[in-house]
Amino acid sequence: MTTKAGEQKSRFDPEPIPRRDFLGLAALGSMAAALLFSLFGMLKLPKAAVSATPAKKFNLALPENLGVGEAFIPPGRNVAVFRDNEGVYAISTVCTHLGCIVKTSANGFDCPCHGSGFTQDGSVRKGPAPKPLPWLKVSNNGGVFTVDESAKVKTGTKV
Amino acid sequence: MNAENYSALNEFWTNLRTIPSHVYRAMFRGGAPKTDRTRSSFIFGNVFLHLHSVRTHLWSLRWSTTMGLGIMTTAAFLITLITGILLMFYYKPYPEIAYQSIKDIHFIVPTGRFIRNIHRWAANLMVVAVILHMARAFYTAAYRKPREFNWFIGWGLLVVTLGLSFTGYLLPWDQLAYWAITIGANIAQSPREITDALGITDWADIGGLQREILLGSDIVGEEALIRFYLLHVMILPLVIAALMAVHFWRIRKDGGLAKPKDADEKVASEAKKFYPVFTEVPKKTYSLAAIVKGKTPQVGSGPEHTVPSMPHLFYAELGVLMLTVLICVALAFISDAPLKELANPLVPENPAKAPWYFLGLQEIVSFSAFTGGIGIPVLCIIGLGLIPFLDRETEGTGEWFGGPGGWRLVKWSIVVGLLSSIAVEAFAIRFGWLREWFPNIPQLFITFINPGTVLTLIYALYSIWAVRRHNSTRAGALALFTCFLCGFVVLTVIGTYFRGPNWDFYWSPSDWNAH
Repeated sequence: MTTKAGEQKSRFDPEPIPRRDFLGLAALGSMAAALLFSLFGMLKLPKAAVSATPAKKFNLALPENLGVGEAFIPPGRNVAVFRDNEGVYAISTVCTHLGCIVKTSANGFDCPCHGSGFTQDGSVRKGPAPKPLPWLKVSNNGGVFTVDESAKVKTGTKV
Repeated sequence: MNAENYSALNEFWTNLRTIPSHVYRAMFRGGAPKTDRTRSSFIFGNVFLHLHSVRTHLWSLRWSTTMGLGIMTTAAFLITLITGILLMFYYKPYPEIAYQSIKDIHFIVPTGRFIRNIHRWAANLMVVAVILHMARAFYTAAYRKPREFNWFIGWGLLVVTLGLSFTGYLLPWDQLAYWAITIGANIAQSPREITDALGITDWADIGGLQREILLGSDIVGEEALIRFYLLHVMILPLVIAALMAVHFWRIRKDGGLAKPKDADEKVASEAKKFYPVFTEVPKKTYSLAAIVKGKTPQVGSGPEHTVPSMPHLFYAELGVLMLTVLICVALAFISDAPLKELANPLVPENPAKAPWYFLGLQEIVSFSAFTGGIGIPVLCIIGLGLIPFLDRETEGTGEWFGGPGGWRLVKWSIVVGLLSSIAVEAFAIRFGWLREWFPNIPQLFITFINPGTVLTLIYALYSIWAVRRHNSTRAGALALFTCFLCGFVVLTVIGTYFRGPNWDFYWSPSDWNAH
């Protein structure tokens, strides 16, 4: 039930909103807005602008006697490097399912955590992995190979 | 006092002598509470005790009403709080140093190993107790009006309890911790399974954002450790303390524990043993005077089926507290908290297992990361939260397995819940799943059709049948809750005992070949 201004039927009827209440509500509203904006400001803090991670690019010292289909794991890296007649290529060993480190096997790669299996070119053979293992960018600077873990290349790219 | 004889020095001496008795009286204004009346005023005059009502219904004091599970959860929390603060004396949240400090606590610090063991067991007990407490509240239909909001708060407490346990899992920085958190963080990233399939990851990368906020970096490293530490010792304990205060307060405000309609008659014979509360029946109530909302003693009858909370309720609570301490201490003597090798980001544990209460999830995660890690858990959590708003019937409130169907329906639901989860798992273990049959199948098919979703569908269909069969939403809720509880147990047991290296199926952990 609404009442027109100045037309109060009984003392229990709602009054039209007086100026003071309006100003009070406006003050509360602006406070709520300020709180909301400061909350957004605070939420920005946990997302780092630059994340402190070790360098993703590294040089390779490939062993001379690395056979075809044999994986070379550079020390301290989650990458498997191969060499065949067409060239050198690197495949990430981080499982695309939940980030465990896959191990090379006769069939390709096997993940110890949830049983994902990948073929020798990294495509999914079995298990829950949603994507193939990515191939990583390898560049050849006059005989020195450099692997960039942050740059993915098309499967089959050999240098 | 005579002004001439007054000596300030004497007065000072007297004051000095009577300090103990004055401090005592200043603290406990009424003196030692020796009568029901003084005990009552002791309760509502004390900031900690006044979360209790002054009198407690005899029905609420029965062992079978609550089994003390809520108090046990609280007690386990208090134990983790005290032992946790003690562990903070030595723990240093920085990779490798964290591991060394846990080793110090384990091998060098006096009683350190014992305190750490108690902390670990109390945390595990808290998870068990909070789940059982939820089951108790569900099966006695205690979530119904006017207690819907408190069920909601309890639901929040369950989530925060699991969060506290999980964040604590990383802190030792050993292999177990490192790989469990790697898996956890990647589960947070798993919405990418959907966004990748839809090709929108580049501009709507929810999964990547979640992982980044959780880890503070794109690897599990020092930023992740300090974040988990902050969550574990500061943010989540503050949240849980606030929620607990509201949870306890609402028990009182919602009229005590849920009771069946005939609770008064059921306790009548016990009630005869106690003195009547009022010498004459009360003629007014606060609710009639519009001072408070809700239930107060009604006109014409006193609270005759209640007993003073002090000592009856307090003895019960202290008994459960002592039992909880006893369980934790005994387990801490028997079994040490694990500490594996220092975290190695290059070689995962094989098998890498999450804490036991997440192993059921890990089991369905091993079919699809998104469905198992986010899809089904979120569905369960939303479903749990909405129970009181979906079932608004009144039959059977306060009774075990109350409502249409009752214990018979729950019994059948246990059979259905256990059998269907074992059958689906056995099928997937024996015959594999879609990827093994159709190697080129798109990922979206596997995300939406996998043993986890099939099981959910079976449970949902069975529950819809239960709703129709008994023409009652409560019957559906009983069926669904029981099924999910059974599924949780079966998947957890399989994940814990029957999964070995490479997450392959093994009949026994002793068959795992050493790696």
